[in-house]
Amino acid sequence: MAIVERRIIYRNIDQPWYTTDIACYQRYGGYEVLRKSFQRKPEELVQEVKDSGLKGRGGAGFPTGMKWSFLDYKSGKPIYLICNADESEPGTYKDRQIIYKDPHQLIEGVVLSAYAIKAKLAFIYIRGEMFGGARILEQAIEEARAQHFVGDNILGSGYSVDIIVHRGAGCYICGEETGLIESLEGKRAYPRIKPPYFPAVLGLYNCPTIVNNVETLCQVKHILDMGGKEFAKIGVPGDSGTHIWGISGHVVRPGYYEIESGKGTVRDLIYEFGGGPPPGRSFKAIIPGGVSMKILRVGEKFKVKLPDGSPGEWGVLDIPLDSGSFAQCGTSLGTSGMIMMDDTTDMVEALANLNAFYAHESCGQCTPCREGSLWLKKITTRVCNGGGRMEDIDLVKNIADQIAGRTICAHGEAAAWPCQSNVPKFRDEWEEKIRAQMQAREHADGQPAARKGIRLV
Amino acid sequence: MKLSDKTLQYVDRLIPRYPLKRSAMLMILHAIQEDQGYISKEAIEWTAQKLEVTPIQVYEVVTFYPMFRQAPIGRRHVKVCRTLSCALRGAYKVCDSLQENLACELGHTSADGNFTVEFVECVAACGSAPVVMVDDKLHENITPEKAPDFAAKLKAETNATQPPSRY
Amino acid sequence: MPAPTSVTINVDGRDLQVPAGMNLIDALEHHGIEIPHYCYHPKLTVAGNCRMCLVETGMPMKDRATNQFIIEPDGRMKIGWGPKPAVACTTNCTTGLHVRTGSPLVKDCQQGVMEFLLVNHPLDCPICDQAGECKLQEFATDYGRGYSRFVEEKNVKPKRTRLGPRVTLDDERCILCSRCVRFCSEVAKDDVLGFIDRGSYSTLTCYPGRELDNNYSLNTVDICPVGALTSTDFRFKMRVWFLKSIPSICTESSVGANTEVWSREGKIYRITPRENNAVNDCWMADSGRELYKSVESPSRIDFFAVDNGKCIADKALNRATELLQAGGVGYIGSAQSSVEEQFLLWQLVKAEPGPVSLISHTRKGDGLLISNDATPNLRGAFLTSLLRELPKADINDLREKVNTGVIKTLFVVHEDLSALGFSEDLLRRVQIIYLGTHANATSNHAQVVLPGLTVFEKTGSFVNQQWRAQRFFQAVPGPAGTAPDIQLLSQLVARVKKVTASTAVSPASLWTELAATVPALAGWTWESLGSSGRVLDASAWAHISFSEGKSLHFDPAAITSVATG
Repeated sequence: MAIVERRIIYRNIDQPWYTTDIACYQRYGGYEVLRKSFQRKPEELVQEVKDSGLKGRGGAGFPTGMKWSFLDYKSGKPIYLICNADESEPGTYKDRQIIYKDPHQLIEGVVLSAYAIKAKLAFIYIRGEMFGGARILEQAIEEARAQHFVGDNILGSGYSVDIIVHRGAGCYICGEETGLIESLEGKRAYPRIKPPYFPAVLGLYNCPTIVNNVETLCQVKHILDMGGKEFAKIGVPGDSGTHIWGISGHVVRPGYYEIESGKGTVRDLIYEFGGGPPPGRSFKAIIPGGVSMKILRVGEKFKVKLPDGSPGEWGVLDIPLDSGSFAQCGTSLGTSGMIMMDDTTDMVEALANLNAFYAHESCGQCTPCREGSLWLKKITTRVCNGGGRMEDIDLVKNIADQIAGRTICAHGEAAAWPCQSNVPKFRDEWEEKIRAQMQAREHADGQPAARKGIRLV
Repeated sequence: MKLSDKTLQYVDRLIPRYPLKRSAMLMILHAIQEDQGYISKEAIEWTAQKLEVTPIQVYEVVTFYPMFRQAPIGRRHVKVCRTLSCALRGAYKVCDSLQENLACELGHTSADGNFTVEFVECVAACGSAPVVMVDDKLHENITPEKAPDFAAKLKAETNATQPPSRY
Repeated sequence: MPAPTSVTINVDGRDLQVPAGMNLIDALEHHGIEIPHYCYHPKLTVAGNCRMCLVETGMPMKDRATNQFIIEPDGRMKIGWGPKPAVACTTNCTTGLHVRTGSPLVKDCQQGVMEFLLVNHPLDCPICDQAGECKLQEFATDYGRGYSRFVEEKNVKPKRTRLGPRVTLDDERCILCSRCVRFCSEVAKDDVLGFIDRGSYSTLTCYPGRELDNNYSLNTVDICPVGALTSTDFRFKMRVWFLKSIPSICTESSVGANTEVWSREGKIYRITPRENNAVNDCWMADSGRELYKSVESPSRIDFFAVDNGKCIADKALNRATELLQAGGVGYIGSAQSSVEEQFLLWQLVKAEPGPVSLISHTRKGDGLLISNDATPNLRGAFLTSLLRELPKADINDLREKVNTGVIKTLFVVHEDLSALGFSEDLLRRVQIIYLGTHANATSNHAQVVLPGLTVFEKTGSFVNQQWRAQRFFQAVPGPAGTAPDIQLLSQLVARVKKVTASTAVSPASLWTELAATVPALAGWTWESLGSSGRVLDASAWAHISFSEGKSLHFDPAAITSVATG
């Protein structure tokens, strides 16, 4: 085996000897990190996180220590910590495992982080569809409260913080940190303009706020356990720690695997862990990090700089599993939810499926995303219904170019990147498909011959 | 609109936990929907009063979030994920199968009032695609082959229970 | 060290001086550079959602090691341009800010946003009232690509719905800029509008059962950049490019909201607010806009009359002069009259002395743009010496004098005495000279009726609650055969004094006299009132407790007696 799992976050997940109650968590060392960290000053804990080089695991990959350092302590306003458990990026399902199977790890991470940033109150914003998850978290919080790990005067330290579990109601855009904040304030989840509404300065109720992903907060616990500098040794420079890869789509063994960053390639992941493509088929396309990231076509080659600084070339399957490597190939590791597509996949229908998603989830606040995402959906649906025209190919790419970089939040990029990558990389498929449609229309009685709607299979 | 005592007590306990009342909006709407089955105009006005906002500000929220519905649905809410990973593994075929076997048109309620079948977007269980949520439970690996069986079990289970007396 | 009040920024290669901290849209407007925008409005919070004002921005770069600015070979600072364009409405001017407003990227952004806005927009221009003053039309022409590539079906939303008693909503035209929502929430303080549903299906609406019915609803029509919100009263009446707009003042209350009166060929079609950041910002009350309808009311006095018989002007003026010269005259002036008219009335009073009353018209204001005083020019009466103290609520004193015969003739301007306790009998007994615009019980009993002109048909000035003298201008001609009130009054003054009337009486000429006789107006001219009015030194009347309370840009407690220019 060229690739091994290193289960730090997922140590307890799916283990037969592990249950979600606090007694079991404590039996295996739970809340010990809390105990020892509360002996230290919050500033020290923040420094550990900075030293660790941890990057946020919610998709944007922003250095966590740096984000914490932006907090405005001078205003005198209360500080809030929000755990973003609104896991909605298609292809991603890593946070679900933590919430359902090891909730106390998250609770401990939340309390540690709240203490480090001196938060007054913490929230766990969990997506509404995770009914059971909300119940499990609330139960875990009460168990922790009974042992003074949460709530008033934690471990006799004088520091108090409560955790409120707050349920969302079905919006992808609530995963955007300022959209989440608006939702938590009881409003439509319209992301805020930055400047001036940087959450670390003007966040929840216009008070300094930190929004961190579930996995990020769990990583914080392990950073404080082993020390930031030790943590920084895990993985590769520039991307410390582990990534939880969730494979899905056309693969024999979909599932999740926690791998030290950079210690393995895409090939290792999808063949050795994933079992390769379904029998008789071959991989055609890969989306590395949740569907919002740019797609990779198997067979593409990238001119890159190798870790030792020398020039090299990677095929898609050669890409090492760390954020820097994916960035070099024009895409992003994102939430590390890898979706595989094999040679039976119609790439136009795949894009139509995604465009329908983004159009549905667009909040509607700013012009390019609101109008552009629905327009893209209408075009690609029309192509799937047999009404494609050759000019639609460039049109789709061009519309996406008019959205990316021009919107209030990253939903614009998320809606644009699939189009900007799928169309140029699979242009041959688009042309072939549309050419066939145009011929069919010529010979038919004016009715499109293809089947209705986006179906993929 | 008559909310149960349990719901009323829950709401009154919930609101003071938030620094600002309005933040309790989503949780209250969830509680009302679980109590009543949907969110009526009366419920919107009640919530507005409780949170000291105007009715339009509640109405805006109810229509923005897809989980909130303003009209009753079937006894069982069947939600099929349609986003990429599930679609690649046959989610559309699964939905066709469920529609046929539950005698329910997509986006509507079946004639016997038992089922409402809808598409939903990614529910974050892509590793066990295709997935179907029924009410608050997640059902994994419901492939097109398994769909008829799944539908049959669901029908049997639904027929065996009394309809809840909330409408 | 105090923060600089003005900074140097660089726009398209040119250095410009702009106020520090001001946003780019406003700052560049002062320099005649337009940055197209929809959702930004200087009087509302910033939304930043239309994305039309995207520009490239950059700041001088510093060497990280030395913390010094990096200088290029040609001596200029190296500029680090942002990776993405930024919206100008939230970009505040700081020293060294570099901006590109016309680069290929900015042009592409503008063309892109225009295309997106038009994708679901209905092809309503031929039937849309906004045509001619529509920002979509203007910016599409100036910044758009000139063609659309959209061939799909457009979204369908509710059209021509009643949003409120005075506002019609067409949801398909709405570009979701949220100006109306922000206005209702922040200015009118009536949270009644909102967006429902999501994404491109988002729709503006009121809560079912409620309406946009507050008294500032028509301001949303003014600020709506497209034809989504339109005035129901103005609907389909006239194309705006045929209309001429003349500055005027709202006479609804002593706020003196600045207005524009829009007319064509002598007929008024609508009134909109005019911007004056010291008085009304860019808002006015709905009730003030309807006042133009009084111009063509059936009870309009558009004739001269003596003893209930219509006659020529000369006959009426002569009869009035006779009555005045007979003595025993009482005067009832009006706070609806302009400063110039009140000044002439005072000349008349001096020529033929008698007690002067004005009638108090107070009511509860709304704290915004309707004050407690329902007249536009009470203070003008003080300025012109017609009044020395506040008018009483009743005129019992005057009525007594009439009863006892001390007063034989009443010169009444714009008031209805029957509403003030004058019985039919009393009205018949006393001689009345009536100068006014609309018939009432008093004018019906008058021996002489002189037709007055509405504010829309004459030029003059009012002094508002801030002691600001503001000018209004004639928008439409008065009824045929009539003349401005100042002509009639100056004729009367001359005839009573038995001198020749000046043929060239005008607001300008009257202001020369005002400046010479009123200490607070020394050195003033008609022109010096400018376009946003001029505050006068009101210390002479500081002891008078006027009825107004706080409203927009007015706090009675903060009134100082210092004249500002």
